[in-house]
Amino acid sequence: MTYRIDQADVAHIAKLARLSLSDDEIDSYQNSLSRILEVIDVMNSEDLSGFAPMDHPLETVNLLREDLVVPGLDRAEVLEAAPSAEDNYFRVPRILGSS
Amino acid sequence: MNDEILDWGIRELQRRLESAEVSAVEVLEAYQEQIAIQEPEVDAFLSLDLEAARRRASYQDERRARGERLGRLAGVPVVLKDNLCTINFPTTAASKILDGWVPPYNATVVDRLDEEDAIVLGKTNLDEFAMGSSTENSAFKITRNPHDLDRVPGGSSGGSAAAVASRMALAGLGSDTGGSIRQPAALTGIVGLKPTYGRVSRYGLLAFASSLDQIGPLAASVEDTALVAECIMGHDPRDATSLQEAPPQLLGSLSQGVQGIRIGVVTNLIEAANPEVQAGVEAAIQALARAGAIVEEVALKELAYGLAAYYVVAPAEASSNLARYDGVRYGLREPGVTVEEMMIATRTKGFGPEVKRRIMLGTYALSAGYYDAFYVTAQRVRTFVREAFARAYVSFDLLIAPTSPTTAFRIGERSNDPVEMYRSDVCTIPSNLSGDPAISVPAGVDADGLPIGVQLLGPALSEQVLFRAAFVIEEGLH
Amino acid sequence: MSSRTIAGPARGWEYVIGLEVHTELRTATKLFCGCPNAFGEEPNTSICPVCLGLPGSLPVMNAQAVDFAIRVGLALNATIQRSQFHRKNYFYPDMPKDFQISQYDVPINANGHLELPSGAVIGIERAHLEEDTGKLVHRGGGGRIESAEYSLIDYNRSGVPLLEIVSAPDIRDPEEAKEYVAELRSILVAVGASDGRMEEGSLRVDANVSVRPVGETQMRTRVEIKNLNSLRSLTRALEFEGRRQVQLYEDGEAMLQQTRFWDEARAVTGALRLKEEANDYRYFPEPDLPPVAPDPLVIEARRSELPEFLSTRRAQLADVLPELSRDLRETVITDECWPYLRAALDANITPHRAVARCANELVALLDEIGALSPSRFVEVLALEDEGKLGASQVKVLLREACLDPLAIPELVAKLGFTASDADAVKAMVAEVVASCTQEWSRYLAGDEKVAGFLLGQVMRRYGRQISGSDARQALTRLAEEARAESS
Repeated sequence: MTYRIDQADVAHIAKLARLSLSDDEIDSYQNSLSRILEVIDVMNSEDLSGFAPMDHPLETVNLLREDLVVPGLDRAEVLEAAPSAEDNYFRVPRILGSS
Repeated sequence: MNDEILDWGIRELQRRLESAEVSAVEVLEAYQEQIAIQEPEVDAFLSLDLEAARRRASYQDERRARGERLGRLAGVPVVLKDNLCTINFPTTAASKILDGWVPPYNATVVDRLDEEDAIVLGKTNLDEFAMGSSTENSAFKITRNPHDLDRVPGGSSGGSAAAVASRMALAGLGSDTGGSIRQPAALTGIVGLKPTYGRVSRYGLLAFASSLDQIGPLAASVEDTALVAECIMGHDPRDATSLQEAPPQLLGSLSQGVQGIRIGVVTNLIEAANPEVQAGVEAAIQALARAGAIVEEVALKELAYGLAAYYVVAPAEASSNLARYDGVRYGLREPGVTVEEMMIATRTKGFGPEVKRRIMLGTYALSAGYYDAFYVTAQRVRTFVREAFARAYVSFDLLIAPTSPTTAFRIGERSNDPVEMYRSDVCTIPSNLSGDPAISVPAGVDADGLPIGVQLLGPALSEQVLFRAAFVIEEGLH
Repeated sequence: MSSRTIAGPARGWEYVIGLEVHTELRTATKLFCGCPNAFGEEPNTSICPVCLGLPGSLPVMNAQAVDFAIRVGLALNATIQRSQFHRKNYFYPDMPKDFQISQYDVPINANGHLELPSGAVIGIERAHLEEDTGKLVHRGGGGRIESAEYSLIDYNRSGVPLLEIVSAPDIRDPEEAKEYVAELRSILVAVGASDGRMEEGSLRVDANVSVRPVGETQMRTRVEIKNLNSLRSLTRALEFEGRRQVQLYEDGEAMLQQTRFWDEARAVTGALRLKEEANDYRYFPEPDLPPVAPDPLVIEARRSELPEFLSTRRAQLADVLPELSRDLRETVITDECWPYLRAALDANITPHRAVARCANELVALLDEIGALSPSRFVEVLALEDEGKLGASQVKVLLREACLDPLAIPELVAKLGFTASDADAVKAMVAEVVASCTQEWSRYLAGDEKVAGFLLGQVMRRYGRQISGSDARQALTRLAEEARAESS
């Protein structure tokens, strides 16, 4: 089954990914993403139901660390690198509302 | 003298430094002069720190004069792909979104090079966030292939490859998610290794696709590549996916040859390459056979599915790995009235078109209703590919194939066609999906004098035999 | 599902409640990095590349958090299984990676249950590990998210280990919800996984609540109430929400599946005025973290180390005193009381007496318990059981045993409680009545009412040494002897 991606899909995933696209860009991405999906569709030409999904190349488990404190970063240095800071906090525009 | 210095491999250089024939500062000066000549044409670097390199070289000379024993890379000029974190030195991933960001820590591999007294010259260009096969997707500059300045050096580690190929550095580090070390190594005529997944710590590598990414070395010779690989491999408690196994000794066994080693020629990958590349691979096969390897053909049709699976898994993981670039804590911030508007403005301005394409592709593949059809199916393909390799490795110790189906292509030739660009990786992707090691070795040039790369693939943890075979090819084709 | 009938939010209606309890685990460091897991520090002082989500950083799992998760799982009778971390993807500024590392389809603990003091059994669907977010502080507009001018972020809490314990929708009323959280809290504290401080956010409760007519078996549209941070808020919010939902149904209005918050000041739940965006968390397996597969030997070792839980104590009491009232039972099974009661029962002290002394005298002394060990407590109760001390003497002796570490027999001597034999008591009573000749005569003449007065006089003088009942016995005996002599 080939998945077709339309302009609404492109707009929806751009929104999920926090990207803003112009109409031209939506058009262009719809085009290129559709072609990529055709390539991806090759996967569906084989019955793969007998192959378990592989999450990861490694089969190791339980790589844990001891519960020991290690020194962290200097606050002043970190906040210096932040786009905006105030009173030893990171600062961001308001969460709710609109422009 | 300077040209002579550039001719030395790492061990030769070490001998000369130890016998005080040359100083680390003199070596650095030779490379500095080469950079002054080559860099304006090649554009391999995003940042250079030659002042720091000189201080370090000078300090090493002092230490050596005091009789101190130096590390295995003492005096060796190296370059780092700019997606490896360097403390107090900018790291951009060739993206505007990180322009000006200075990491407060070193990647583990950078610490390891440091412990071995390597001299870091600078950070090299790449496709933005390592997404690409030509280094044309950098937000800052286009790097050129030293063999033909109108052509790409491959990618995404094109800057490191071009720097080594134009002798601006003895060795470089790159990262390989779908062929990003091996393909540029092939296109610039040098050696490049993608180690077994987990051999090299990923701590401090700006993640593209975490289950595929692996850091590895690029160098002019098999021996230099092996030496740098030995220095960077080994367990790191800061990376939970780093292998516990002791790293292999590569240099000691390099010249043990391939007598009786069974090598499978992957016919369907060879058929995917153009005739001149095929001829290069054939020459490498002959060299192995002459050295006593048992060579037979094998078709692994399953590998053809790798490309499709890769373009699901890699973008899916990338869409999540790149979510953190939101303008809140570091890097670029564009204004916005609400935090959401700020994030959207920042990401829209900060990411280039290919990164956006892959973020969207990955977001789509993971989104409700598509996860099973895309992500889970791609994971099944990973098993499918891995089992095909496992069957092949019952009969063979190693496999041989082209690294890239073509030699270096022209700048701009594929940049408007993502699918055509993605096909550049068809021979390298399967090893990333399975997590196995692979190495690209030069195998002559085509009619235009462009380098051809041959790829050796082995099962997990087979780096030692991979290097022995690579060394045979290097010697045999010399 | 609980089968008991419970009064609903309104006549003919019942609640269907499931709770998600987020517990901060009491580890020394965060879930994926070595930053201190501390509360109340200066903002952004417990941060590192990992919990700030800096590019290139990688998470490494804290072994102690896994250990706590196993202990809680065992205490909740859950299956401990091989688990996988997933990424839950959504953008929010308090979450440094813009995804949360959590467990999704394969949590470390699944399918457990918790028995409440009432006897109800609440299913536990899962108890999984995940990382906490940073904290937002809103500036301007009264510090409220809806009206703030901008917001500030402290990432100290980012990456603190959480165990999210998800109940089945088995809870049938707000009181039961409260009982569930209180019981769960006692277990979390008992295994050492949590400090149980709700006021510091160590335990945060989200409630999924719907209502339905009694007898209906299907679930109706549910509402999620976020961040109920005290038992009082929990019951009040559920009561309000139940009434609100019944009202909506009875008025024929539509019930929206939504997330609401509890407004403590106005005592109402309100809809969260967040932008309506369909949640699409795009979960996928976390590629940076290998699965956690607890060793069966470790699980068995942890099982054998589990502390005794309240449910076990209840069961033990039910064997000895099946008729015991719930209030008394819950008073004496607390961690403070239980060692004393258990010691007393083990020493074959009359169970009723042991419970009464624990619930009355001992509870009052807990703040000044000092030298009163369970074995000394038992010694005192044994003297009472043997009739050597009266109730008021016991009371005095227990208090004295807290303050003075002298051996009990010496304390008895010190207090002058030597009059425990009947002759001595009789002598004391005789001495007192000798000075009340008038009342004594009336008593001998059969006026029972005057006994109270006489005993009062006795107790005023010797109350620290003898018990009222002993005094009464002595008085009766003296009177009998006097009548016998005069006849």
